[in-house]
Amino acid sequence: MKVILRQGCFDPYQETLAYEAKNLPAGKHGASVTFVGTMRDFNDGHNVASMFLEHYPGMTERHIEAVCKEAAEKWDVLDALVLHRYGDISISEPIVLVAVWSAHRSHAFDACRYIINYLKERAPFWKCESTQQGKRWVEHNTEDPGVNSKGVKQTA
Amino acid sequence: MNITVRYFANMRDRMGRAEETVLIEGDSVTVKDLWGKVSAQQAMPDSLLIAVNMEYTDSGRVLKNGDEVAFFPPVTGG
Repeated sequence: MKVILRQGCFDPYQETLAYEAKNLPAGKHGASVTFVGTMRDFNDGHNVASMFLEHYPGMTERHIEAVCKEAAEKWDVLDALVLHRYGDISISEPIVLVAVWSAHRSHAFDACRYIINYLKERAPFWKCESTQQGKRWVEHNTEDPGVNSKGVKQTA
Repeated sequence: MNITVRYFANMRDRMGRAEETVLIEGDSVTVKDLWGKVSAQQAMPDSLLIAVNMEYTDSGRVLKNGDEVAFFPPVTGG
């Protein structure tokens, strides 16, 4: 498993393919699930022009790695890649990639969802948006309908 | 004892500094005591998150020499 934090835009699909080619043994994974978080041009009723993403170097990596380890203990994960940006981010650019490989799809889906949900809850990042009204710190992430306070998808 | 204190995001803006080293004396000094010293006894914001040596903790955590304490708002990554 690998956690990468870096500045600058990236292609999440090329990153996924390159990681898979380099790290996954042929014939062992039957499922790969990727989540890509992308920057919107709106948030909380405001038009957003661009964003700066701050993080706490060291603590951020530590907590994402812990979340990945938890996911690997809960589900049969063969490998996982988390790539998260910091610094300046423009509209439509990817912010985060979570890719999970498993023998079967249910494990890959569940582990990927767990990693992104708990990453959002625990990894120390802070978004500062540039809007027409000036710069503002985002006070909380928007809630994802269907996800409860523990970051677990509701199936009922 | 010496404590390194770091502030992130809007807490850095509010405090007007990103990092400082604080000399604080006494036994069983807690994060709350430290906050009182660095904030001139302001009330601790309800939403404030605290990390000591990069692990989440609460304001009752007892500090030791060399600890790194971080104060920051709710996280918004992903």
